[in-house]
Amino acid sequence: MNQPLLEIKDLKTYFYVKAGTVKAVDGVTLNLDPGVKMGLVGESGSGKTTMALAVMRMIKPPGTIQGKISLNGVDLVTLSNEEMRKARLSQISMIPQGAMNSLNPVARIRNQILDGLEDHGVKLSKSEANDRLAQLLQIVELPTKVADMYPHELSGGMKQRVTVAIAISMGPKLIIADEPTSALDVVIQRQVMETITRLVRELNLSMILIGHDMGLMAQSVERLAVMYAGKLAETGGVKEMFADPLHPYTQKMISSLPVLGRRGVFEGIQGIPPSVINPPPGCLFAARCPKVIAGTCQEISPALREVRPGRWVSCHLYN
Amino acid sequence: MTTLMELKNVTKVFGGGLGKKDATIALDNMSFAVDTDFPHIITIAGESGSGKTTMMMLLLGFYEPSLGQVLYGGKDIFKMGKEDTLDFRRNVQAVFQDPFAVYNPFYKVDNLLSIPIKNFGLAKTQADTHDLMSDALSRVGLRPEETLGRFPHQLSGGQRQRIAVARALILKPKLLIADEPVSMVDASLRATILKQIRELNQVLRIPVLYITHDLTTAYHVSEYIMVLYHGSVMEAGDVETVIRQPKHPYTQLLVNSIPWPDPNQLWGEAAEVVRGRASKGNGCKFANRCPKAFDKCWENRPELYKTTNDHVAGCFLYEGSAVLEQHDLGKLFHK
Repeated sequence: MNQPLLEIKDLKTYFYVKAGTVKAVDGVTLNLDPGVKMGLVGESGSGKTTMALAVMRMIKPPGTIQGKISLNGVDLVTLSNEEMRKARLSQISMIPQGAMNSLNPVARIRNQILDGLEDHGVKLSKSEANDRLAQLLQIVELPTKVADMYPHELSGGMKQRVTVAIAISMGPKLIIADEPTSALDVVIQRQVMETITRLVRELNLSMILIGHDMGLMAQSVERLAVMYAGKLAETGGVKEMFADPLHPYTQKMISSLPVLGRRGVFEGIQGIPPSVINPPPGCLFAARCPKVIAGTCQEISPALREVRPGRWVSCHLYN
Repeated sequence: MTTLMELKNVTKVFGGGLGKKDATIALDNMSFAVDTDFPHIITIAGESGSGKTTMMMLLLGFYEPSLGQVLYGGKDIFKMGKEDTLDFRRNVQAVFQDPFAVYNPFYKVDNLLSIPIKNFGLAKTQADTHDLMSDALSRVGLRPEETLGRFPHQLSGGQRQRIAVARALILKPKLLIADEPVSMVDASLRATILKQIRELNQVLRIPVLYITHDLTTAYHVSEYIMVLYHGSVMEAGDVETVIRQPKHPYTQLLVNSIPWPDPNQLWGEAAEVVRGRASKGNGCKFANRCPKAFDKCWENRPELYKTTNDHVAGCFLYEGSAVLEQHDLGKLFHK
């Protein structure tokens, strides 16, 4: 077994606010092997984006990060700010949510791509810079002339491709893509997603794909991690999880999906997710869970256990 | 046969004015009728820019058509008298896309729900008003005692969207138009809201126009579907055959790009070619992206050809089959 590229151990991201402690991410343990694409799914408010920001160490006070995030054996939590700044983009980079809004509207694409390189101390002559730009744009399947354009001249799909080009410009090992295609039409979504998965394969990167679209996950990733109210509910291979979900939340979620050939069957999940401000003890899904064990689930918070090789579940049903 | 609403040869142009270069034709000579005798859920599907939202805005009377007429009960909605307008406003209800933007944050849910009751004089006493509100809320699966008295910001997106459905319900409309009602709602709540829309359709026996770009939910919730591209109908018919055996190359491209939530059913081959800009002339609008385009596609606009009795495709590949006239499009869904 190879050394995992990313090792997250008991990661906690708490925000200390007036109303109490917001446990946005509460004790997540996760491994990611090199070259693997992992999907991170959950409802809004489940902490998936916060976890990504914690891995990038981009949580600002009153937020705090505790636990261990080790990338290639280096614990990111203990790095100095300057070391972490250097690690971003060169070791680990992020494709942000909503490409439309993450580019600078008054700068040419050329400068926005080169900005990151210059900031990391890469010195390029003019012709080298041009070569690099052409190469990056070609990887994300954009014409070279895009370099001299402004964001408003590009379509949504093209803008998203530019953010992908920026994310890979320093050759990182890990890419975190936060709903990279949520604002795009199906045809464009597919094209952008295929470009991302192709370059992840060709450049031998690992990727964490954040989203709530289970369809996109089924099409693009190999492993899946399901988050619920700041905790991991279940992780495993994507095929196994779709075929045989173990956690009641995952079961409910997968049975609520529209599948070809089973028309007009609707089964949502009753109730709403709990608040993560001063959460109650016990399993946070207990109030909505159809298989709740009286006396146990409301009191004791279930630990994440490996119940089968590669399948981790936090549920009292599998004790 | 009772035609409730009809678009009659409606064209909507934005900017530039007719004939100028920079004009965008959002809806192109569209005819479509909704019949209350056939209370189906009909999906209007398309990508951004296909004209689906324009169609909704025209049906609700928020846009005036550039050409053609929007009829309610046989009368032009922009030339109706006050009484008819009130009747139209009451009977055609809508649920909008963004549940976070449609409510006035200063009003409690009670107020939001009692405004239509007051405006249309549906209740005589305070108690009647309360009963009406409670009844509508329970129908969409919300507990009235938990919902009434709250402000919109105290509710989740899914709850807000259900209140929008409840509000439409109170008026017992004859037509419900839902514009992407679940696109901004969490996946786990989508099924619940769609289920409620479907129940309403079946209990109240009213037609629903479901406007969306998401073909997976369209497949699940609706009986019929109409696929739009650049303001024209590309394909229409029974949702089962349109999604499972799409005839038009554009629909084929769309259907093959659906990310089905099944790791064993991966993306099919999405055939698309890029040949620069669409022809501004009379050709098929999809010709520049169509892998099967031939000479004729660039010169003439295809009619809607009947590939089977309840399925039409606007594509020359099916030329020779019987032609469905544009103004009979609504009749395709009469069954």
